[in-house]
Amino acid sequence: MGKFLRNLAKGIMGAVRDLAPIILVIAFFQIVVLQQPFPNLGGVLVGLACVIAGLTLFIQGLESGLFPLGEEIAQEFAAKGSLPALIAFAFCLGFGTTVAEPALIAVAAEAADVASEAGAILDSESARSEYAFNLRMVVAVSVGAAIVIGVVRIIKGWPIHWLIIGGYLAVTLMTPFAPEEIVGVAYDSGGVTTSTITVPLVAALGIGLSMAIKGRNPMIDGFGLIAFASLTPLVFVLAYGMILS
Amino acid sequence: MEFLSTLGNTSLSTLRDVAPIVAVLLFFQVVVLRRRLPNLRRIVRGFIYVLIGLTLFLIGLEQALFPIGETMAKQLTAVSATASNEVRWDDYLLVYAFAAAIGFATTVAEPALISVSMKAEEVSGGSLKARGLRIAVAVGVAIGVSLGCFRIVTGTPLPWYIIAAYVIVILQTFRSARSIVPLAYDSGGVTTSTVTVPVVAALGLGLASSVPGRSPLIDGFGLIAFASVFPIMSVLGYAMIASWRARRREPGRTDSPRS
Repeated sequence: MGKFLRNLAKGIMGAVRDLAPIILVIAFFQIVVLQQPFPNLGGVLVGLACVIAGLTLFIQGLESGLFPLGEEIAQEFAAKGSLPALIAFAFCLGFGTTVAEPALIAVAAEAADVASEAGAILDSESARSEYAFNLRMVVAVSVGAAIVIGVVRIIKGWPIHWLIIGGYLAVTLMTPFAPEEIVGVAYDSGGVTTSTITVPLVAALGIGLSMAIKGRNPMIDGFGLIAFASLTPLVFVLAYGMILS
Repeated sequence: MEFLSTLGNTSLSTLRDVAPIVAVLLFFQVVVLRRRLPNLRRIVRGFIYVLIGLTLFLIGLEQALFPIGETMAKQLTAVSATASNEVRWDDYLLVYAFAAAIGFATTVAEPALISVSMKAEEVSGGSLKARGLRIAVAVGVAIGVSLGCFRIVTGTPLPWYIIAAYVIVILQTFRSARSIVPLAYDSGGVTTSTVTVPVVAALGLGLASSVPGRSPLIDGFGLIAFASVFPIMSVLGYAMIASWRARRREPGRTDSPRS
């Protein structure tokens, strides 16, 4: 019991330290720069307590749940040795976690407004929702493809930088030919795809694979899946914009 | 009462987020791998901790931080807008300062980044410190978001900045140790998540709608792109400085002319 309490106290202290910068920044700008009192201070304090408790629990669960889960699944796939099954799994994981991502749904809806304002699509409700839906599908497929590329890279041991630089090159070459209104959306789409639960799972999957396959180094080969997941959406969304116009 | 409805809504949306992940995992576990995971009970318990923790975290953010952060972004961008129609980039110094500070602070608290940096410390055998990595990423986000605000104010094209950033990243890649490169590339994607995106998006929208001549629809986008490229640079830079300092400390390999 003593050990449990000590761990708990350590976890809470860690969470407080992680959140201290936000609290300081907001308090400084509110009190010193804007010179205004805090609205609803009681509610803010209750909220802060929730944030601290939540972060403490999340980190506990990360170490006993998400990390081992990702690593064990990776090891089982490696033991089974079926590449098609692993590729199917990688695609489903990427596609499934992205397609319902709330941040993506919000960005897609905003992008549809931009497109109809710019005259790229008809100014009607159905045209906008169709556009937003297609955009979401494009991004979800691109993340599925990203995890597949990343997993194949780990198995083959390809150096990551050539693939990433190739992606950068594709983005650079495609940007001038893509319609202007989609460029901002495309550039932002890479950032919104990787959610808080997907990231630890995918990171553990990569590291687990690189540890299970002989001759792979987890530092060099294990990381990088998330990098692909935030680059391919850019390429795919730019391509989607070019096809539409 | 209002609190209870937030609680209900947030746990529902967390569950909806997790449902596809659980479905994919279960399908492959049951249909393809057909083996029971070792430590299943511990994993399920951990998963439940993650769910409850994330729900509490989001509720707390919505209760405490997002409203103030968003109002603050609006007020600061409105204060800076001058009466004249001429936009001067240095009227907005306070906005750049706020952007850098809030970008740094939200990144340090980002759970996705915490998880990746924990893994990195573990995998590197402790030679890479989780805290140092997170601060390096946060510095990158701070510079990126601040520069992104400058771009919105001046109305310069987004691709120029991002492509220039790519060129710098490529140059750094060839000067860096191979073991840090994949992690650095990853750090770009993990920074823009639960905490950072809502506050930064509100800042971009507020700025684009208050600066004369900018449209929130066209110019409001792009801050997230900045926040995901600049950490790559700062992590590669952090690794370069760390290895340079390690080399200097190491006796016998000093660069002094005495030989």
